[in-house]
Order: sequence, then C-alpha cells, then structure tokens
Amino acid sequence: MTAPLLSVEGLDVTFPVMPRGAWPWTKPAGLQAVSKADLVLQRGETLGLVGESGSGKSTLARAVIGTVPATGGRVMWKGRDVTALDPAGRRKLGREVQMVFQDPLAALNPRMNVGQIVAEPLATHTDLSAKERRTRVGEMMERVGLLPNLVNRYPHEFSGGQCQRIGIARALITKPELLICDEPVSALDVSVQAQVVNLLAGLQRDMGLSMLFIAHDLSVVRHISTRIAVMYLGRIVETAPAAALVADPRHPYTRALIASVPIPDPVRERARSRPVLEGELPSPLNPPSGCVFRTRCPIARPDCATARPPLVEEAPDHRVACPYHDRGGPV
Amino acid sequence: MRTATLSDASALATAPKGRSLWADARRRFFRNRAAVAGLVVLALIAAFALLGPWIAPWDYEEIDWAVLGSVETMGRPSLETGHWFGTDQLGRDLFARTVQGTQISLMVGIVGALIAVVVGTLYGSVAGYFGGRVDGAMMRVVDVLMSIPYMFVLILLLVVFGRSILMLFVGIGLISWLDMARIARGQTLALRGKEFVEAAIATGVHPFRIILRHIVPNLLGVIIVYATLLVPSMIIYESFISFLGLGVQEPLTSWGALINDGAAEMRNGTSWQLLFPLGFFVAGLFAFFFIGDGLRDALDPKDR
Ligand SMILES: Nc1ncnc2c1ncn2[C@@H]1O[C@H](COP(=O)(O)OP(=O)(O)O)[C@@H](O)[C@H]1O
Ligand code: SF4
Ligand SMILES: [Mg+2]
Repeated sequence: MTAPLLSVEGLDVTFPVMPRGAWPWTKPAGLQAVSKADLVLQRGETLGLVGESGSGKSTLARAVIGTVPATGGRVMWKGRDVTALDPAGRRKLGREVQMVFQDPLAALNPRMNVGQIVAEPLATHTDLSAKERRTRVGEMMERVGLLPNLVNRYPHEFSGGQCQRIGIARALITKPELLICDEPVSALDVSVQAQVVNLLAGLQRDMGLSMLFIAHDLSVVRHISTRIAVMYLGRIVETAPAAALVADPRHPYTRALIASVPIPDPVRERARSRPVLEGELPSPLNPPSGCVFRTRCPIARPDCATARPPLVEEAPDHRVACPYHDRGGPV
Repeated sequence: MRTATLSDASALATAPKGRSLWADARRRFFRNRAAVAGLVVLALIAAFALLGPWIAPWDYEEIDWAVLGSVETMGRPSLETGHWFGTDQLGRDLFARTVQGTQISLMVGIVGALIAVVVGTLYGSVAGYFGGRVDGAMMRVVDVLMSIPYMFVLILLLVVFGRSILMLFVGIGLISWLDMARIARGQTLALRGKEFVEAAIATGVHPFRIILRHIVPNLLGVIIVYATLLVPSMIIYESFISFLGLGVQEPLTSWGALINDGAAEMRNGTSWQLLFPLGFFVAGLFAFFFIGDGLRDALDPKDR
C-alpha cells in the first residue's frame, strides 16, 4: 500500500505565552493550540476540518505548511517526515503544498501588483522566462475568473471576492498537489461565498487537487468534502466520510455542530428542538482534564475527567473520541 | 497548451496600469500646500547651493583686502562691492561662504539620512524578520552603541584622526542609523505576522527575498518620513559640532559654523553675518519639516 498524500501523526503545537505582567525570567506558559492530532488525507480527496473559532484549525494548517513549528509528532508528506527537513528542503515543498487564507486582502502584498503576486511561486520554483511567466499568469487569472488585463492592478483596487480569486491563482500557479483552504469564504459576502466555493470545487476536479478545507461550521464543508474531521480545543474528536458524519454524528460535539446548522425552511427551523452548546470554549492555556469537552458536554459523567478518550474506529473509517456517546443520556 | 488569446504575453503588455499606493501617496502629497511650499523652498536652497559658485563674484576663500579692518562699514551687504550678503570678519564674501556652507550642510544631512536608510533599514528588518536570538544579539549591539555618549566618541575621533569632512561623515554615519534600525525592526515585527508574508514563507520564497520584496517596500513609507525628518536633525547635529569648533575645517564652512562666527560678532554691528546663514538654516529646516509632515500624511494608510 502506498503512503497517503498527507498524514498528520500525533501533532502537537504549543505556543509559549507570557502571562500578563510576568517577570521576564519566569518560564512562559504553554498554550496547546494543537494536541496529539491525527489526520490522513488521501490523494484526490477533500478533507473538511471543522471546529469553532479558536479550536486550532489554522494552527494545524500552519504546522502542515511549516509556518509554525510542530512541538511534537510528525507531518508525513508522501511518506516523508517534513518536520525533520532543513529550511531549504522545506522551501521546496512550497511547490507541492499551497494555502489560501481567510482574510483575502491581508494575504496580498499591498505594494505588489496582481501579476507580481501571482507569479511569485513561479519565480521561486521555476526558471521560466519573464514572458513565459506572464503567459502562465494570464492563463491562471482567466481560470479563476479574473480578466487577465487586470495584471497591473493593485490588491486594494479589488473586492474581497476578487482578492480571494487572486489568492487562489497564486496558490495554484505551480500546480500543487495539496491545497489548504483556511476558511476561504468566511470573510466574504454571502453572495460571493457560493461563487468562490464553486470555483474551488471546479478547480479541484479539473486539476486533480487534493484539498484540506477548513471552516468553522459544517454548512459549507458538508457539500465540498469527501471526509470530515471535527476539531475541538486542539483535539480531533471525530473523523468520518462526509455523508456518514452528517447522517450519523457520534461525538456529542459533532451533534451540537450539526444541530447548529440552520435548516433553510423557517417553519421546520423554528419547530425543531436543538441541543444548544452552552458555555464558552475553555482556555487552551488550561484545558480541562480528561475529555476537554466535558465542561460543555450534555452527557458528561464523572469518568470523563480522568483520562483523555482515544480516537477509536467504531465503524469503517469512522473514528470517535468519546466512549460514552451511545450510552443514552439527554442528547 | 490551450489557446489563450486574452492572456497572450503581447496582449498583456498593453494591460492598463494599476493605481499603486505610491501613486496615491504622490497625489495626496501634492495636494498638501505646506508640503509643496517646503519642496519649493528646498529646491531653491538646493539650486542656490549648486548654482551659487557660478554666479558669485567672489570666491569663498578670497579675502577682500579693501574691506579688512573696517568690516562694519565697508563689509555691509551691497550690490556695488559684489558682496551681496556682506563679508565676514576676515573680509571674505559671505554670499560665497553661505553657498559653500549650504553645500556642506545639505551633504551632511543627506549622507546621514542615506546611511540611516540603507544600513538602518536592512539591519532592523533582518533582526525583526529572523527574530529570536538573531534579533536579541543584533538589537543589543544597537543598545550598546546608543548608550555610548556619541558626542564623546565623535570628539575623540576628531581629536585622534584630525578634523576632516570624512571623519565628520564617519561620526554621523555611526550614529544616524541606530534609531532607524529600531524603527525598521518594530515595523518588521508587525509585518511578519501579516498573512502575505506567511503566504510567501509557505510558498518557499527565500528569506532574504522576502525581506527585500515584502518587508522593505512596506516599511518604506515610515522610513521615508523618518529619513526626511532625520536630515534636519543631522544638520543641527553638525551645526552643534561646528559650534563647538570641532566640525568642518576652515576655510570650508557650514551653516552651523557660519552661525557660530556670526554670533560671535553680534555686538560689533555686523548682524548680517548672523542673519543670512541663520535665515538659510531656518528656512532649510522648516522646508524639511513640512516635507516630512506632508509625506507622513500622504503615506499614512489610515485615511485611504
Ligand atoms: N502565534 C500564536 N501565539 C500564541 N497563541 C496562538 C498563536 N496562534 C494561535 N494561537 C492560539 O491558538 C489557539 C488556536 O488558534 P487558531 O489555530 O487560530 O484557531 P482557529 O483557526 O481554529 O480559529 C487560539 O487560542 C489562539 O489564541
Ligand atoms: S468523553 Fe465524556 S465529556 Fe467527553 S464527549 Fe464523551 S461523554 Fe462528553
Ligand atoms: Mg483560523
């Protein structure tokens, strides 16, 4: 069996943070943004990663592309541990893995024009002539739905949706194998969200891309993903094929997430009873012992505080980190 | 390859120009009256410094023996004698000397600012970009250099190596970039967290290329404003050194040296010896301050 395209194994990312007003010599506290996360992404599939804001999705993505260091675990790219690579080897990976960011305007250098922005990965990884680069940039711009004669414009002259298209063009110009989309539509107007999602889905099909698609709710992810992973406070709590996860959510957190997706029909929407998620996300500086979800879990029991529940395969390709979800209770 | 008529390189060559942030800033700058006035005054002063030697009837070292001894009466500013600004106490033409002093003062200011821009920007952005231990070590060097009383060092340099323009520039170059390095570092730290820098890192762009293409162009606004304000402070600094008698060496002169000479003779009824250089000094400084202010407003990203 060949190795999966990307496999994240027991990934830890801990940020050192200084408590407010601390002495300079006190040891910084550790903020566990990602804790022992496991993920597998097969070639050609779209893996959705959902979890509320602050659950560590962006940090996980950053650890994969290497802009934050992993403090533990491994990130395997085609069977090779990339966290062990030297900086030069790491930079080469930029050709194969690319990222689209949440804030479309902030992701574009305000002092560079569109042509320069989109061409940068080409200039970094190929030795094409300037003329060939321009031709490729033009093609790519058309492909993401931008008029190629806008190459000399600057980011501030574009709308959010157009900026995101520029970001997508930049990410795809070297024909990468994996595209990480970190909440690519959260910052956009609702009317353009669908356009950008459709564009991404189309490009994925045409270019044979694999995708890691991050979002804070399930509404977008369930349509575009083949598999979905649910993240809570730095931990992966459930992974399953998209259809199975939506039809048969097992972890209490996943159930709450699904319940929070509004039903388009207002009558049914008002009529249904939904288990609302109470309370706030605990601080990753001081996570609850045992199962981190227990402070908000509707079926929590005393045992939940003792040990961290492992991610167990309960059905084919359906893993859940809660031993008690099928023991009844007010769900 | 698919055919792409729209995206042919030749077709793209005619694509319309975008409105860069620099173009925007330029437009805003030229709408600012005080800044434009400052620019005009500065252009006049620069023209004075450059063209002055060609139109001055006297040389800046030449002593007018006819004037010597009765400077208060014979050395007055007058059109007949050709001493348009009068003469100094030694009977040397003050117009020619002011031209010469303006050259030196502008040069001191501009060289100091240039050193600050080039050295300070690169040094600070490298420290801020790499962060951690590199940053710690590089900024400690700046702290140490700053904590040395620079006047003391400069005086030592001038005493040990003798007074020369070169030493003056060395002294100014040694200190002018320190503040700039700190400013560039602080701004770089902020830029490092921006997503476009992260995108470049994720793409695998080489760190030095990131600094040159992504960090420095975004620092430039702040750098230019600070550099414009640094020019007058370098001029003041040189004037102060000259005032102490340690600056440029006779017969060369500078605004500071001329003001010093003029002030020494103030009670002898030769006020023109003070007023002409002082006028240029004040006009020059105000011009730089107005330009710096205008640049700050023009480059400020807030009211875009
Ligand atoms: N560079 C950093 N330094 C310190 N803490 C960070 C840093 N980046 C993220 N965090 C913290 O890590 C947690 C997860 O953040 P993030 O990965 O951005 O979550 P998400 O993308 O799911 O909203 C948050 O508590 C956030 O404050
Ligand atoms: S382990 Fe306990 S607290 Fe955690 S989700 Fe399951 S029931 Fe809830
Ligand atoms: Mg995020």
